[in-house]
Amino acid sequence: MTKHILHPDNWVDNHSDYLFNYAIARVSDVDIAKDLVQDTFFAGLKSAQNYKGDASERTWLIAILKRKIIDHYRKINSKKAQATVRITPKADSDFDNNFLEHQVADPLSLLENNAMENEELGVAIHECISKLPKKHALAFSLKTIQGLSTEEVCKELKINPSNLWVIIHRARTSLMECLKNNWFKI
Amino acid sequence: MSSCKKAAIICTKKQYQEATLWERIQFIFHINICQACKVFSKKNRQLSTLCHQANLKTLPTEEKERLKECLKNEIKSNTLTLK
Repeated sequence: MTKHILHPDNWVDNHSDYLFNYAIARVSDVDIAKDLVQDTFFAGLKSAQNYKGDASERTWLIAILKRKIIDHYRKINSKKAQATVRITPKADSDFDNNFLEHQVADPLSLLENNAMENEELGVAIHECISKLPKKHALAFSLKTIQGLSTEEVCKELKINPSNLWVIIHRARTSLMECLKNNWFKI
Repeated sequence: MSSCKKAAIICTKKQYQEATLWERIQFIFHINICQACKVFSKKNRQLSTLCHQANLKTLPTEEKERLKECLKNEIKSNTLTLK
């Protein structure tokens, strides 16, 4: 088995977006997610000597991030009083008294799943983006995710527009290939 | 450039609403005669929808720079422990 080595210098470039999306899907707050990613990197540095090299760098960092997210929820939960569940029966319901059955989730509704599926989708896309060549990944995320204009991206990457479009085209083609198995239904 | 290759690039531009009118006209003519490009165009649109749905986020560049700086300082103070 190959031994993995840590490269803390490249953590931000290689893993920060992935960790950030992972965190944001779980805490749904941009600032908290940022802090969690930062905490994860620091904790990773601190315990770098405990890294045995069995898991890949990213898996290891995700494991730390998971602990950080749990800690975050523990912290906010210890601050507030125990949550109470309150159910107000609908006033205009057809049922006379506190008939709770119509409060139960509709098993046929797909709405509840959407948010969850979208989180997984985000993680899947990032996974695929990180498999792209570095320049392609950067061009794609600048253009698609950050929504920069063509000129800005060209300036940033020091290439001409027609070059940029070829790069983005290749990136998109590889992404389609990568996402094909799980997310494309053609 | 072969016309399929050209069509594919126009198709990608279209995903960002950056194809010119002339390009769009050429594209419509092309996918009328080329099945492969039609399929590709459909997939490309779907990828755009997926990306939109996923509501992707990245850390802003300045935030990354700040993080890098922080990490660098942290690494410096840790060099002794980090063989």
